[in-house]
Amino acid sequence: MNQVTAVTMQEESRLDTRKLGMWLFLASEVMFFGGLIAAALNMKWHSPAGANHALNIPVTAVNTFVLIVSSTAVVMALSALQDGKPKTARNWMILTALLGTTFLGIQVNEYIKLIGKGFTPASGLFAGGFFAVTSFHGFHVFVGVITLIWMIVRTTRGSVSPDNYVPFEAWGLYWHFVDVVWIVLFTILYLL
Amino acid sequence: MAEGYAPAARGGWVVHGATSWRDYFKFNTDHKVIGTQYITMGFIFFLIGGLMAEAIRAQLSRPGNTLITGNLYNELFSLHGTIMIFLWVIPVLTGVANFIVPLQIGAQDMAFPKLNALSLWLAVLGGLLMLASFVVGGAESGWSAYPPLSEQTGNGQTLWALALFVIGFSSIFGGLNFLVTIMNLRAPGMTLMRLPLFSWSMIATSIIILGGTPVLAAALALMLWDRVVGTHFFSATGDPLMWQNLFWFYSHPAVYIMILPGFGIISEVLPVFARKPIFGYKMIAFSSMAIAIFGFLVWAHHMFTSGMNPLLRIPFMLTSMIIAVPTGVKIFSWLATIWGGRIRFTTSMLFALSFIAMFVIGGLSGIFLASIPIDIDVQDSYFVVAHLHYVLFGGTVQAVFAGLYFWFPKITGRMLNERLGKIHFWITFIGFNLTFLPQHWLGLEGMPRRVFTYPPEFATANLISSIGAFVLGIAVLPFLANILISLRAGKLAGANPWRSLTLEWTLPSPPPIHNFPQLPVVISDPYGYGRKQSAQPAQPQPTSRPAPTGGGQ
Repeated sequence: MNQVTAVTMQEESRLDTRKLGMWLFLASEVMFFGGLIAAALNMKWHSPAGANHALNIPVTAVNTFVLIVSSTAVVMALSALQDGKPKTARNWMILTALLGTTFLGIQVNEYIKLIGKGFTPASGLFAGGFFAVTSFHGFHVFVGVITLIWMIVRTTRGSVSPDNYVPFEAWGLYWHFVDVVWIVLFTILYLL
Repeated sequence: MAEGYAPAARGGWVVHGATSWRDYFKFNTDHKVIGTQYITMGFIFFLIGGLMAEAIRAQLSRPGNTLITGNLYNELFSLHGTIMIFLWVIPVLTGVANFIVPLQIGAQDMAFPKLNALSLWLAVLGGLLMLASFVVGGAESGWSAYPPLSEQTGNGQTLWALALFVIGFSSIFGGLNFLVTIMNLRAPGMTLMRLPLFSWSMIATSIIILGGTPVLAAALALMLWDRVVGTHFFSATGDPLMWQNLFWFYSHPAVYIMILPGFGIISEVLPVFARKPIFGYKMIAFSSMAIAIFGFLVWAHHMFTSGMNPLLRIPFMLTSMIIAVPTGVKIFSWLATIWGGRIRFTTSMLFALSFIAMFVIGGLSGIFLASIPIDIDVQDSYFVVAHLHYVLFGGTVQAVFAGLYFWFPKITGRMLNERLGKIHFWITFIGFNLTFLPQHWLGLEGMPRRVFTYPPEFATANLISSIGAFVLGIAVLPFLANILISLRAGKLAGANPWRSLTLEWTLPSPPPIHNFPQLPVVISDPYGYGRKQSAQPAQPQPTSRPAPTGGGQ
């Protein structure tokens, strides 16, 4: 066992190094999205009242549900891993990837429809804020799906397993974070 | 420990540890190599940024000069600032921290060695993009890049924003790595209250990096969207002031990123060369954390004349004055540390003592600037230029030199030449003060910054300043010569030439690839100079002993 791990394990009060790393990364992501959301909100306040009426709330509500269900699938996958069922876990991971891809697909479709209606990044202040912050979020979902595929490969190979589930747990933190950001965005941009 | 850290097969581009100079040009996961790569890269950009400064001061040596005017001049001062901050100071401090922190805490490497190497190469990429921006031309709106101007300048501005975006991620991943490393990889017995103060300063610095840099990334992303996609976040029809808020939300804490590691270095150097324990260890550690937190509450003092809500300026003036207090605590602690000590005036110590004096001057001009009525008068004048150079050059850069002269023996195994070092110090000290002291007067008398000429009444002061800049340029030569000569022919240093008590000095110089052959167990704090328990005249009692055999591995 290498000495770095030895020291990591030595005090039970210490959070696993990989999880601590992910939490700190997510803290920095909170600041990144915080900056973008503040800018988007500012653009909203500088815009007339109906600036977000072009947005399709029902379709996006369904999409939000898709993302929330995908987070549930992540919880199920982690639980299966921790219960010693890697194949079940892998199935839940595949479902997560499909749901994540669905989210992206619906988002892109919505973008195309909005642009067709004249609601483009350059067409207004709110529109610019909308596209900027949601496309950064979409990029994070995309990265999540790619890294999830890598997790699925590792689970198939056995390097992520009931004995070594922390990498997936850390990845799961990222995915849940991306989900929470979306809930905030949906509320601020679409509903309010 | 060896698994995952074995050097790659010969010819591989991913390695751990360096057995030849070629290994320094590879994706190397050893924190000691990465530290050296950062320091070297930083120093190269120090020279580039310095040459830009020489060009600026040459132009300003006489009123009405036509050496460098217009767009090129704008680019020079913009890139001088950007390069010095993001490609010299921050990388060189990251480099020193990379080399020293794992050794100070008794770790084999950083928590995430591959991420560490990625951070380094992202910084290099960012540096290349920044140089490309200079070549393409157009980054002319100062290092602070205020719109609408920064959205109307040429393509180099887009490259500038992209370069900074990349460098920002290098920094964020670095901060993450340091925080996890210090939190989780300390050797047994190294409680936080036994952590060396340089490592404490890296805790505070990393918190600022994680909290602030992403906001700069957001601002740059939005500027890039404005320039490339055609959005209107900061344009005249949007909200130009929003850029200033987002930018300074990071860039003010950034100055604490640039000074806190310097404070940490001073806290290491002074006890060693005064042979006295550090005074006020806890106060120094906690004041670093206070600065980290308070640093996020002052940003709008850069915007007092921007047209922001006048009433809102008042709380920012108050926080900007309050933040002087934790720094004052440190200054007094350092003075108490050397008071009554047996001072050895090595080059490192000279830079450390000069740091205290020059930083206090810079800090005082900062307090002047915190006052709204004074700031209204001297905003965007040479008074600000004088202030920032006293804290960044008189402060940080002198701390960097103090640290380099202190840790060069550990990093390379050889001593630097003290005579050349003292020549470097004195020429720097004289050149620095000649350059920047007159600028206080110039600012108070009304000379604006970022101008390529000025009225005749400012001629004498500008000439003195330019002569000082020339002297500063010369000062680099003995330093460079010292490095090159000492690398080849410097006196062999041994493990602990300064008789310091922190953990890195228990290892050979340079340290072996995997640092500690056995996990050290720490039994006391590292500042016990002159205490009875360390009563061994030739070699002080190390503050650690090897782990008991048969256990802990």
